[in-house]
Amino acid sequence: MAELLIELLSEEIPARMQARASEDLLRLICDGLKGAGLTWGTARAFATPRRLALVVDGLPVSTPDRTEEVKGPRVGAPDQAIQGFLRKLGEGRTLADCETRSDGKSESWVFLRRIPGVATSAATATAIAAAVAQFPWPKSMRWAANRQPWVRPLHAIVAVLDGATITGEIDLGGDRIAFGRRTAGHRFLSPDPFEVADFASYRDGLRAAHVILDPAERRAAIEAQAKAAAATLGLVLKDDPGLLDEVTGLVEWPVAHVGRIDDAFMELPPEVLATSMRAHQRYFTLLHPDGRTAPHFVVVANMRTDPAGTANIVTGNERVLRARLSDARFFWEQDRKARLDARVPALKDRIFYAGLGSLEDKAVRLQVLAGELATRIPGCDRAAAQRAGLLSKADLTTGMVGEFPELQGTMGRYYARADGEADAVAEALRDHYAPQGPNDRCPSTPVSVAAALADKLDTLTGFFAIGEKPTGSKDPFALRRAALGVIRLIVENRLRLPLAAAFAAALRLHGKAPEDGAPRAGSPVADLLAFFADRLKVALREKGVRHDLIDAVFALGGEDDLVRLLARVDALGAFLGGEDGANLLIAFRRGANIVAIEEKKDKARHDGPVSIADLILDEERALEAALRDAGPVVDAALAREDFAAAMAALAGLRGPVDAFFAKVTVNDPAPALRANRLRLLSRIRATLGQVADFTRIEG
Amino acid sequence: MRGLVEKPKSFQGLILTLQAYWAAQGCVILQPYDMEVGAGTFHPATTLRALGPQRWNAAYVQPSRRPADGRYGENPNRLQHYYQFQVIMKPSPTDAQDLYLGSLRAIGIDPARHDIRFVEDDWESPTLGAWGLGWEVWCDGMEVTQFTYFQQVGGIECDPVSVELTYGLERLAMYLFDRRSVYDLPFNDPDSRAPVLYRDVFHQAEVEYSRHNFEHADVTMLLRHFQDAEAECQSLLGNGLALPAYDQCIKASHRFNLLDARGAISVAERQAYIGRVRALAKACCEQWLKTQAPANG
Repeated sequence: MAELLIELLSEEIPARMQARASEDLLRLICDGLKGAGLTWGTARAFATPRRLALVVDGLPVSTPDRTEEVKGPRVGAPDQAIQGFLRKLGEGRTLADCETRSDGKSESWVFLRRIPGVATSAATATAIAAAVAQFPWPKSMRWAANRQPWVRPLHAIVAVLDGATITGEIDLGGDRIAFGRRTAGHRFLSPDPFEVADFASYRDGLRAAHVILDPAERRAAIEAQAKAAAATLGLVLKDDPGLLDEVTGLVEWPVAHVGRIDDAFMELPPEVLATSMRAHQRYFTLLHPDGRTAPHFVVVANMRTDPAGTANIVTGNERVLRARLSDARFFWEQDRKARLDARVPALKDRIFYAGLGSLEDKAVRLQVLAGELATRIPGCDRAAAQRAGLLSKADLTTGMVGEFPELQGTMGRYYARADGEADAVAEALRDHYAPQGPNDRCPSTPVSVAAALADKLDTLTGFFAIGEKPTGSKDPFALRRAALGVIRLIVENRLRLPLAAAFAAALRLHGKAPEDGAPRAGSPVADLLAFFADRLKVALREKGVRHDLIDAVFALGGEDDLVRLLARVDALGAFLGGEDGANLLIAFRRGANIVAIEEKKDKARHDGPVSIADLILDEERALEAALRDAGPVVDAALAREDFAAAMAALAGLRGPVDAFFAKVTVNDPAPALRANRLRLLSRIRATLGQVADFTRIEG
Repeated sequence: MRGLVEKPKSFQGLILTLQAYWAAQGCVILQPYDMEVGAGTFHPATTLRALGPQRWNAAYVQPSRRPADGRYGENPNRLQHYYQFQVIMKPSPTDAQDLYLGSLRAIGIDPARHDIRFVEDDWESPTLGAWGLGWEVWCDGMEVTQFTYFQQVGGIECDPVSVELTYGLERLAMYLFDRRSVYDLPFNDPDSRAPVLYRDVFHQAEVEYSRHNFEHADVTMLLRHFQDAEAECQSLLGNGLALPAYDQCIKASHRFNLLDARGAISVAERQAYIGRVRALAKACCEQWLKTQAPANG
């Protein structure tokens, strides 16, 4: 068994692209090997700032010869068919080269075509060429006079199989890169190229040349060094997995250093310090054990130097940070000179979206909408909700948010507090963008909930009103995320907020006439309800709720109260999980099938009232009585939204239904009795149908 | 580089060292373009020469004007007039990164004693209809150079591709000479007979031009000049004169920057103005390309 090693050495690959690129390399090469009929043991891919690498072990040196069966016409088929078959087999073939095969009924001609095996090295060369040609970089470039794009100029390719260099090259459409076994270590610490024989000598050679090949190992080394550096000062590293990933892609040989932040900057909000350090400089924030931001940072260099070099690196980085934080402090001081409410008119210059007005228009809409929503949110101060709606976008005009867009909302909170706004309003300015996804924190304080709902409903209804709906994989305005946010806000805060009414209120503020009665098909409200039903199904499915239960409840239609809808799904799940429910489902199906078959046969529906006089057996009378009794109980339970009680009432039907099927023959010779029994079975379907559409339930 | 091992001691020393280094790499050393531009890329030696099949290697200093960055001489880091050192090489050489690192060594930055990094940075100039991929080069966390492989200029695909290096000279000098304010930079050798600081040369200009850019530039006249430049550019293009037409495009671009600094252009109008300059730049690039002979090898 042979081992394959591939390395693509290039100029620096953007950090954010490396992990995906190593997976793509693995997939593309393995697809190529598989296409050549090869199998292997394990395949692992790696990325550093300058290289993508892949090792595949357990490969054969070549694939064995194979035969392929080419099927021909029947023995004794017309000559034309035989000649056609032979022509397909190639020059000079006769029936003497063929065999016959019997399928038990007739004999046919077959030809066994021999396909010679391929050398793994040749298959790999082809796979590398194909991978380079098809590589799905998110953004790639050309260089010099070459036509073949790559993420940055590609310099060398290592391709070694079983210790031998694979013969081959990549044609860049100008330059050619021959496969070889030479690679290079760290750009500054070990610039001399060296040769590799296999993966072990490659990995160890790189380590000796100051390159840690495996990103997981680099990441762990960075984290350990940063934590150790923090610990020497009695501090802790602020957890930041995203930054750790990015820094892993910026260094081949990580060396962590601690720098000092001037005390003068420590009055800045901690989010500003952290963002400024992270966004511009990729520094890690350090915290005191009590969680306060410490006046130190960790910078991870790609360099091991002498003490003079270390001093250069630390003082250089401190100096850059000083300039960055001077800017941040300038914004912090300038921004507080104008109140947020005085900034709202300046939003006029910022287009929200063509056709949906400016951000000032949006702020005014949010003021009204948050106020209307406040009446539906227990304990929500209406005036505070309106204030939060009006001010929610004002921080976009501040210098700080201009510089660090990711601080939108966060700065709104600080500036609102500086302006003396109520705490609930300030919190809502920060919270109104949340939740940003399934794992983001969902606001729970009333004013924040109102502002967060208003922002998302305004966006959703606005884009639907102008026909900008998500299609397929395209969702440029993140409307799916906004809909999920609305769902989470309503469900997690148990709000009794009918969606159709909420959509109508938001649409009115976009200047769209309200719809009377049920929403018309194709209207924004109808489209939004369908869109939300889809999003809810996706969200529930991701939580592990059975999709058929969701379908069974959604099929009832007309339900836009999410809290009630989910209570119904929960109750249904619990009901069907029990023995009574499971058995009733079987009986329901049996009855529904009989009715469906007979209705088809009769070409008539059997859903009229049951005639008591025509019920002649005890079991059918008992079933009729049970259904008659259950009706009002189910109705009453549904009216008070006690779905468990409604299901329990249905569970009581199990005995009479089972007894009915045990003793009663539905297809009685007497037409009147038969029709009456079919109507009785229809009643079961109708009674159960008040709770859910049981025909949708599987299993 | 032999003969260049001495670390520069002044702002002008830095320029002279970079010029000598790149001259030794075969670059044509040009002088600044004699018009107001926002960045070294606007010099026709970059914008126009990046197009077409001919080899081209050049380096030059370009005074760059960003009217809105004026701070009345009060901000130690921000200037409305500053210098860029620009290198363009077409086609981009295989050892472009090594050549660049050689220039750092020449100015006294030893990569063994610093942390030099190539950090992703996509470059785009909406007014020139140009974009490229590359990095900002960090030295101990500070961006010292923009390193770009041009992909398009004037909306036209670059073939072959050029590499462009842009050094922000004041920032680099502040780093090399350890000054916290640009105005404290030694302009010439501090040990010379008549030492001069950056302040002595440029502070008054920063104060006066800030007043001009923000308070006194005549908006009506600037709007007229913008339109005149636009019309003249189009007329010259009609006569097949790419280079003179491009001068008018540069003029329109700078008038736009001044109008922007004066606050005379609303957010909504901004995109339209940028689009008008881009249309001129594209037309100039297309005309220039028509005048270029096939590759000279």
